[in-house]
Amino acid sequence: MSFAFTEDQQLLAESADRFLADKYDFDARKAIRRGEDGWSREMWAAFAELGWLALPLPEEHGGLGGSTVDVAVLMERFGRHLVVEPFVATVVLGAEAIVRAGSDVQKAAILPAVAEGGMLLAFGVGEPQARFDLHRVATAARRDGGGWKLAGHKAVVLHADAADRLILSARTSGAEDDRDGITLFLVDPKADGVTLRPYPTVDGLRGAEVLLDGVSVGEADIVGGVGAGLPVIEAVIDRAMVLLSAESVGAMAETVRLTTEYLKTRVQFGQPLSSFQVLQHRLVEMLQAKEFAHALCYRAAGAMDTTDGVERARAAAGIKAEAGRAGKMIGQEAIQLHGGMGMTDEMAIGHYFKRMTMIDVQFGNAAHHLRRFATLS
Amino acid sequence: MELVLSPEDEAFRQEVRAFLKEKLPPDLANQSATGLRLGKDDHVRWQKILYEKGWVAANWPVEYGGTGWTAMQKHIFEEECAAAGAPPLIPFGLLMVAPVIMAFGNQAQKDRYLPRILRSDDWWCQGYSEPGSGSDLASLRTKAVRDGDHYVVNGQKTWTTLAQHADMMFTLVRTSDTGKRQEGISFLLIDMRSPGVTVQPITTMDGSQEINSVFLDDVRVPVENRIGEEGKGWTYAKYLLGHERTGIAGTGRSKAQLKRLKEIARTEMSGGRPLIEDPDFAQRIAQLELDLLSLESLVLRVLYAEKAGKGPGPEASFLKIKGTEVQQMLTELMMEAAGPYAMPFQPETFRDPQWNEEPAGPDYAPPLASVYFNWRKASIYGGSNEIQRNIIAKAVLGL
Ligand SMILES: Cc1cc2nc3c(=O)[nH]c(=O)nc-3n(C[C@H](O)[C@H](O)[C@H](O)COP(=O)(O)OP(=O)(O)OC[C@H]3O[C@@H](n4cnc5c(N)ncnc54)[C@H](O)[C@@H]3O)c2cc1C
Repeated sequence: MSFAFTEDQQLLAESADRFLADKYDFDARKAIRRGEDGWSREMWAAFAELGWLALPLPEEHGGLGGSTVDVAVLMERFGRHLVVEPFVATVVLGAEAIVRAGSDVQKAAILPAVAEGGMLLAFGVGEPQARFDLHRVATAARRDGGGWKLAGHKAVVLHADAADRLILSARTSGAEDDRDGITLFLVDPKADGVTLRPYPTVDGLRGAEVLLDGVSVGEADIVGGVGAGLPVIEAVIDRAMVLLSAESVGAMAETVRLTTEYLKTRVQFGQPLSSFQVLQHRLVEMLQAKEFAHALCYRAAGAMDTTDGVERARAAAGIKAEAGRAGKMIGQEAIQLHGGMGMTDEMAIGHYFKRMTMIDVQFGNAAHHLRRFATLS
Repeated sequence: MELVLSPEDEAFRQEVRAFLKEKLPPDLANQSATGLRLGKDDHVRWQKILYEKGWVAANWPVEYGGTGWTAMQKHIFEEECAAAGAPPLIPFGLLMVAPVIMAFGNQAQKDRYLPRILRSDDWWCQGYSEPGSGSDLASLRTKAVRDGDHYVVNGQKTWTTLAQHADMMFTLVRTSDTGKRQEGISFLLIDMRSPGVTVQPITTMDGSQEINSVFLDDVRVPVENRIGEEGKGWTYAKYLLGHERTGIAGTGRSKAQLKRLKEIARTEMSGGRPLIEDPDFAQRIAQLELDLLSLESLVLRVLYAEKAGKGPGPEASFLKIKGTEVQQMLTELMMEAAGPYAMPFQPETFRDPQWNEEPAGPDYAPPLASVYFNWRKASIYGGSNEIQRNIIAKAVLGL
């Protein structure tokens, strides 16, 4: 299944290519980023219309019941066009946590609204001292009458500034690095005690620090069981890493294409740079790295829906490490081969480089996941 | 593997240290710690302090106001300045055009320009590259046509570093279209205030504003601003490129950055332990340190050969390649060390000296990704690393 695309997947790829080529070229993206939110609500409505927001959600909650491979096909296209809308934050992370662990009430309240484009989510599981460890949670949730009070700091929460609901991890019991005792909470970003410190990210997205100071949440705001958050978080993040890798693979493909085109037209020493064999070989290395990452990525995407536990984690860590390595090499080479032009903000190539670099940073870089891949067995 | 210094050199080191301690303004020294970008005034202020001491022109002969230092003294000076966080010297006047003026300029040009360079009265920029002429510089098309005792210059220079601050630009222009391409090139000094000079900034991908396009539109340049003979500009430029490449290795700065990388890696936690104890990360730092030590060793060897009367040969290309690879790896590891806090883009925290709010994440984190992106330039400029390999293949291997 993950080695050949279905007809539906090919149709999805083609329609996404067509839509984005038409509506999301580099100039359009520039204009979108200059807008008030740093992304486009109009575009978001169009994504809803196209069924992209509903793609992975269950059919009984207004979704299309798509597989991880289906979403990877879409994410690869997002990567080619450097889409900045909060798809990962809302659909890949937030909604997936609700799908996996939400109560029926939560599912009914959130998933159809996400599918229609009327609700944005953000998923905050990182902390300043935790680096890439999902189990290192110092944010505390204490019993408070019938509910809980949250205090702590969730770090670099993507698109938190736009979210209608935050899904955050906090510790309900245990020591800071215990695997047990972590709970997921739905938090209203406008609630008393929530402070957001928003910023753009270096690759043109949005993020925020989320500071919690005595934030009241009810029993009904718990996602999954008390103390049972970590397995949910790990499943959500494993799948998100594969999908981010798919985005990176899309960016790699476009990076290789743009660089090849550039070398074919740039003339120095009386000939196109593409005629220098030493540069041809470098393009081939880039293309090759992208091809292998692409193949591994879809294998890992398939594994997300068919395996669990260590197998799933190994697949996710493996592709995240590989996409990180390939993305870095391809990005650095692309800038180098563009010469001075590659350094400019005006050219698309630098923006691909920055996005691939930040995908590597997000949820753990290549070194981190290579080590996980080696230790998981 | 510290350098073992002679007692004289050790005394010199202490002298430089004491001077920096006393004279380097703390606000300038801070910048390397905080990654704050320096403005024109900051650079000029520091260079004037060095001038007062007689130390601004380490590589100049004494007769022109240089220091007369040995190769080792120059190296020590560079290392100590970088370690103290002193602003790097802006190379275009002191290190680039001055040696050309000394070697090929006439007495009037020496008298007019060298003292002003020494005192940092003029800010210089380098106008070589053009949109159509980068690696293949000899194809340059900016035209200078003789009109009485002036040249009328038309064309476009690009990637011109810090031209927005510049009073003067040294440039290569085409004075003849016949014969060998290289022989139709002349070396002109252009006053940036001349009518017809337009500087247009180019924003780099990290959001910096350090490079520019310079448009030259019927700019009248006195013939007395030509260095040496008409049609010999290429020879002079090649002479200068050798100088550019030894300087570009930047080992002093890289040593200071290595120290900073280690500090960051000691502060950052990974798996509940300091990142510097992470075996993978520690090995990558170790490899980088070895690269830097071998680079420094080769730099010193080249500097000593220079002293013995040999100019920097094609081996200087090794220094440019390795020097820039080391600089780039330093920025890469620092960004990696910051983990998720490499992501927030908060340029105000490191570009605006008045900014005093706390950044998201640790103080050192905000500039790291931008610096990493920005330093990709190092393997492109000063003759790209591919061009350096071509030079080595030809001039060292004889291929
Ligand atoms: C930040 C920055 C600052 C700069 N500052 C200045 C300045 O102050 N003054 C100035 O005059 N210039 C400056 N430059 C320009 C710099 O010198 C040129 O960018 C450089 O010479 C490369 O030229 P190019 O950009 O046209 O790339 P190109 O020559 O188009 O090269 C593109 C790629 O092809 C490779 N390539 C080209 N020819 C060959 C070949 N024969 N064999 C193998 N590979 C090849 C190159 O290495 C590069 O990777 C600066 C550049 C940058 C990025």
